[in-house]
Amino acid sequence: MEPATRLDHNHKLSLREFPYIIRWRDDRCKRCGRCTAVCPVKAIVPSVKVQRVVESAGQIPAPTAVRKTVHVVEQVTDMERYCTGCGSCTLVCPNEAIEPEFNQANKFLHYKNKGGDGYKRGGRRNDPSISTLDRIKFTRISMLTDPALDAGRHEFRIRTLLGRVMSPEAMPLKVVNGRLEVDKKDVFVPPVREIYPIMIGSMSVGALSPPMWEGLAMGVAYLNEVEGMPVVMCSGEGGMPPRLLRSRYLKYFIIQIASGYFGWDEIVRALPHMVEDPAAIEIKYGQGAKPGDGGLLMAQKVLKLISKIRGVPQFVDLASPPTHQTKYSIEEAVAKMIQSMSMAWGFRVPVYPKISGSKTARAVLNNLARNPYAAGLSIDGEDGGTGAAYNVSMDKMGHPIASNLRECYLDLVKQGKQNELPLIAAGGVGKKGNLAANAAALIMLGASAVSIGKYIMQTASDCFGDEFNRCNLCNTGQCPRGITTQDPKLYRRLDSDRVAERVVEVFKAADVELKKIFAPMGRSTELPIGMSDGLSIDDKAMAERLGISYAC
Amino acid sequence: MCRLAAITSKEFISPMEPILALETMKEGHDGSGLGLVLKDLGGEFEKLKKYPVLSGICSREGRKILDEYMKRHGFILRHEWKPKIKQTGGIVPRDHYFARAYDYPSAYRNRTLAEKEELLMMTRLALRKIGEPDESIFAFSFYPDVITIKEVGDPLEVAEFFGLDKDTLKARIVLAQGRQNTNYAIYLYACHPFFIQGFCSMTNGENTAFVPIREFLSSRGFPGYIGYNSDSEVFTHILHYSVRQLGFPLHYYKDVITPMKADEIEKRSDKEALKLMKQSMRQLCIDGPNMVIGFTPDGTVFMVQDSKKLRPGAVGGVKGKYALMSEECGIDRAVPKRDLAKDIFPMKYDMVIISPQAQEVRVWNQLHG
Repeated sequence: MEPATRLDHNHKLSLREFPYIIRWRDDRCKRCGRCTAVCPVKAIVPSVKVQRVVESAGQIPAPTAVRKTVHVVEQVTDMERYCTGCGSCTLVCPNEAIEPEFNQANKFLHYKNKGGDGYKRGGRRNDPSISTLDRIKFTRISMLTDPALDAGRHEFRIRTLLGRVMSPEAMPLKVVNGRLEVDKKDVFVPPVREIYPIMIGSMSVGALSPPMWEGLAMGVAYLNEVEGMPVVMCSGEGGMPPRLLRSRYLKYFIIQIASGYFGWDEIVRALPHMVEDPAAIEIKYGQGAKPGDGGLLMAQKVLKLISKIRGVPQFVDLASPPTHQTKYSIEEAVAKMIQSMSMAWGFRVPVYPKISGSKTARAVLNNLARNPYAAGLSIDGEDGGTGAAYNVSMDKMGHPIASNLRECYLDLVKQGKQNELPLIAAGGVGKKGNLAANAAALIMLGASAVSIGKYIMQTASDCFGDEFNRCNLCNTGQCPRGITTQDPKLYRRLDSDRVAERVVEVFKAADVELKKIFAPMGRSTELPIGMSDGLSIDDKAMAERLGISYAC
Repeated sequence: MCRLAAITSKEFISPMEPILALETMKEGHDGSGLGLVLKDLGGEFEKLKKYPVLSGICSREGRKILDEYMKRHGFILRHEWKPKIKQTGGIVPRDHYFARAYDYPSAYRNRTLAEKEELLMMTRLALRKIGEPDESIFAFSFYPDVITIKEVGDPLEVAEFFGLDKDTLKARIVLAQGRQNTNYAIYLYACHPFFIQGFCSMTNGENTAFVPIREFLSSRGFPGYIGYNSDSEVFTHILHYSVRQLGFPLHYYKDVITPMKADEIEKRSDKEALKLMKQSMRQLCIDGPNMVIGFTPDGTVFMVQDSKKLRPGAVGGVKGKYALMSEECGIDRAVPKRDLAKDIFPMKYDMVIISPQAQEVRVWNQLHG
């Protein structure tokens, strides 16, 4: 029997268990050490080995075995330092000598629970399959019976409403000399904003690095002020930079209040000094990526700036409770919260809740439909992203957005309130990069607007993450791109101007693509909300569930 | 593309006039049906104006059911018009075509107009429900001083089939539509003009926003908002909803179906109302190319274009007789002696409104209100 010297280390894992295996090429490597220095998790180390090398010198082959001390780059087999596949090593390597390779047969989740705690990460559901949204096709093309429109020449109105819209019957109008006049006496006309139908969803200052958040904010301001596209962005839980709260740009932002109320000291203090109202207030009750979990900002990300904005000490885990502590019933507590928030801004600002996609979404919706102050409902599906959560929450909890949104919309149709309570759909919009197509599909299923988080973050800043668990270090403060870190050494890698530029590019491109979808369908004057006859899907069960046609 | 011909006149005219105008517009193979709505009736109905007229088609069996239903609900038959059918072309005659003037049930004689309208509409819907599955009864309209005639076939042949050229049937307003909606199955309930409680319209175009509008109307809780065998029916119901249900003056119909852009609204003196309307009635905004011709209960006739102006439409005539057509040649046929320079070609902001008995033509411009 062979001696089992190595095998006797029974708990030592082999590289085959790891999700990514480093392919290092001895012949190309010049041993500069950049890869080992940049690796955010120290998964690779420089190492010295004694190797038997066969050499041959001279004109006639004369192989000789020699023992040599060689310098190598080696992947460690410590599960706490697993290679995340981010590929930073590849980016810094001058000679293309190293790259991580995804290991389909990995047993990562079997072992990633050391210390009795489940695997936590950032990112979103690790599910590379094609989502329902990406299976939906636009099949009602205007052909001969009516002229298709020209996406490049016709005028398109790609706008939507955020806020509680009055029913036509409730409009306080009276006819005076053959003209309609508004008679607002004793009638509350809820605030409504006209916005671009793709919103930037809630990602907090804290979850994102300063240049990332700032880049998004600058991009949004540019889109509004220069491009004339009324794109709005949600702050996420964690407040906003105090100067922004007091600026005229506040109108482009939706301020989120979540169960930890982080940042609200600063917001309340800024209230008397605000020169503009925010676009809206979002009350976060749930998040698609991790339903039932509250927000989580790990201690390593709570540095000086964050502690100041959020009003907390440095280096403490900031875990928001899974639910608002005051929430004991939707009829009372949620209604009160909506009222309180409305009151803070003199009922001039739409206030709406955000929930995670769930079978109970319809129940929430029906309660909100009866609350005249509820300005909408944002539903965040399971494919949404997060900065930090348990892997199990991300991978296994939640509801896909397509059917959840559709059933909510059809519920509103039954009540005739489909135009009164805007539905905002989120979670996986642009998962495969098809932002405009996913957005248009959700709009035609009944969404008034869609919200994007992970997509815009990745697209604007070249984030590495994907559905094969690549990188996903957002929770650790070690983001190699500088997107989700508070470490200046890391976030200086990110240029906020470049982020802003990308945001603008993404929205302008999406606008063009939306026109390329709406024009052949003969739609231009109003957003085709609920135009379900325009959609088909290649699965009968899905078609039936969504109430659209089956096409193959 | 549907061919539309409407004439509003001080004198009673024969329905043949707009049908002949339709004929001038004929091109290609578009002759799949004829829809006619006559309002402000003359001839044998001139003295029956206060009685609601039920227009429709029924089979032999359907007739028995219809008679029994109307009797049971207290309607008393005062007069019946039946066309003198002349077999022409390939039109397959159905058993009974009729326009019957009824007296209201005694309990309703002194009720308000709104209550009477409710009764008439519910009666029409009940008959439609009874007769629709086996096509034993088609009930197109049931309203005082209005007759609807519809059949599948070439419009001129249909007119000849009904003997309209020899009939005494006359009216001051006639809306004629010369083709069934080819985008849907050829079916009588898919044939415009559509009528509901005194409001009528027909459309030359395609409404790509049909489904959201249909869902919005269907969910208003108003029993008359059903059917929708054609995307054009929603135009009639939006008209009814805006003017009758919400009480808007007629020209706001244009603001409902094609709201203006925000900066354009700012220039209107009624901008506050328009802003609210644009939000609350967002789902009634039409799309696709459309030109709509219609009338309201008081006898006002109008033509309106959508915001793209991709469909033709023209209005011309003389005081006392105006023609609203989808093509100029139709006007030439209907009112040849007129000042051509005064013909109106409404553009995307325009709504042509002609007062009852064709006394005054007004082009209302949306930009200026």
